[in-house]
Amino acid sequence: MKKNSLQNRLRQSQMNLFYIPALVLFSVFVIYPFIKGIFISTTNWNGYSQNYKSVGIKNYLRLFTDKNVRTALINTLIYGFGSTLIQNALGLALALFLNEKFRGRSVLRAIIYMPVMIAPLIMGYIMYFLFSYNRGALNDIVMLFGGEAVDWMANGPRAVMLMTLVNALQFVGISMVIYLAGLQNIPAMYYEAAALDGVKPFAQFRYITLPLLHPAVTSAVTVNLIGGLKLYDIISALTSGGPGYASHSLSTLVHRTYFGAENAGYASAIGLFTFLLIMVISSIVTRILAAKEVEVS
Amino acid sequence: MKKKTQWWRLPIAILICVVFLSPLYILVSVAFRSPADLSSYWSLPSEFHIENFVSAISEGKILKSIANSAIITVGSVLILVVAGSLAAYPLARKKTRFNAGVNSFILGIMMVPPLSILVSLYSVLVDLKGINSYWGLILTLVTFELPLAIFLYTNFIKSLPKALDEAAAIDGCGPIRTFFQIILPQLMPVTASVVILTGVHCWNDYQFSLYIMQNSNLRTVPLAIASYFSQTTSNVNAAAAAALLAILPPVLAFLFLQKYFIKGMVDSAIK
Repeated sequence: MKKNSLQNRLRQSQMNLFYIPALVLFSVFVIYPFIKGIFISTTNWNGYSQNYKSVGIKNYLRLFTDKNVRTALINTLIYGFGSTLIQNALGLALALFLNEKFRGRSVLRAIIYMPVMIAPLIMGYIMYFLFSYNRGALNDIVMLFGGEAVDWMANGPRAVMLMTLVNALQFVGISMVIYLAGLQNIPAMYYEAAALDGVKPFAQFRYITLPLLHPAVTSAVTVNLIGGLKLYDIISALTSGGPGYASHSLSTLVHRTYFGAENAGYASAIGLFTFLLIMVISSIVTRILAAKEVEVS
Repeated sequence: MKKKTQWWRLPIAILICVVFLSPLYILVSVAFRSPADLSSYWSLPSEFHIENFVSAISEGKILKSIANSAIITVGSVLILVVAGSLAAYPLARKKTRFNAGVNSFILGIMMVPPLSILVSLYSVLVDLKGINSYWGLILTLVTFELPLAIFLYTNFIKSLPKALDEAAAIDGCGPIRTFFQIILPQLMPVTASVVILTGVHCWNDYQFSLYIMQNSNLRTVPLAIASYFSQTTSNVNAAAAAALLAILPPVLAFLFLQKYFIKGMVDSAIK
């Protein structure tokens, strides 16, 4: 007996060896930089000089009064929640549309999912051919109907909304696939029983489909939300945060503050603030969704 | 069940095609268009101007960047498969408090936005001489994709019968031998998902590559496209040709291996 437990402990400790490669990578490339980042955020370091001094929490105080941070924060929330809303509403609609058998549905699925393969940065450049003022494909259509050419990205709020839409449409295939898998997991007998009882299709959707799709909603929302709040590549390709600072997300603002304004200390503070924000929002949202899940079953 | 007429599906299907295919159509149309052809991008090019691709390859160094991206993606995916499956094995098999802690720590890392620790990660890489090196970018990408790989492997190993391990233990196999001889050979299906999902992420990465690969000979595909678009504002057609070449590998892989891509996505989202 005793020997057995000793063997077990040996086994367990041998199994802990399996963690080593992962833990080494996490320590060197996440934990250590994270701690170092907290330290840098309390200095006025410019990113390359040997000389810098501690400024305490001044960088953090500056966060709350900085107009550019406020714009980027609002934009980040729009990118995050806007994309999530569109991707889930549209993703569910597309999944319902493509869940029934008809000719051409697998082609349509592939067409919707294909943009997920394209690098978001390159997708941004592709959209440039649609949105640009001169010769942009969208303006050709506007002018065909007798309208004036529009400089789509010249207006901050409009640029934010267009880029939210581009991001949402590029990745809507992910939500669609998750919802399709969820729909296929609902046993057909529920619908058969409901149909026998004369339940109308809309009520079937409301009382069978939606509640049973809840786990799929949870995962689709989490995936989209974290992706949207981190948005960087599309902005970098289409507006670089402009005009002025009007379409920056917190991520692009970190880049601009570090490499553009050479203010590594402040950039580090904005970065850690972004991390905290995403952490808090995604844990609140997952908690709300998980609580609803218990209610259902 | 009798078949209802489904005429209403047609307009929706057409709308889907228009919305999702028109950006690609425009890209193809610009890429094959002569710079002298000033008609609308919606119209077909008057001639197929292959020279755009020639300049994309010679000036934009697209082929070189595709080679760089291939090295980085293959290197990252190989390490991800090894480190990911290794870490997943004890996580899936032993329910100790230590393992539960490791698990929530790994899921927490999934939420760290790369940009939030950019400043310090960059300075760490400078200290390690990892800037402008393949290994610097590979190890960074591996670290940030590792939680996804571990998550996929853990779920899969949990579904393998524990009797396999027990039988091996009775025959005198230690955990290390059990893993390599019994567990590892079973992991093929989930390894396909890990390779596909993390491979696409590594191929398409821009944020890390932007900081780590500053030397123009080490540019990955997104970096080459970004610099091409910002430099040659005069020749948008060649830039479009470069973008078209750049998206071909992942798009073709998807079209041929659709089933695996979809399965990988579903595995990663639903437990």
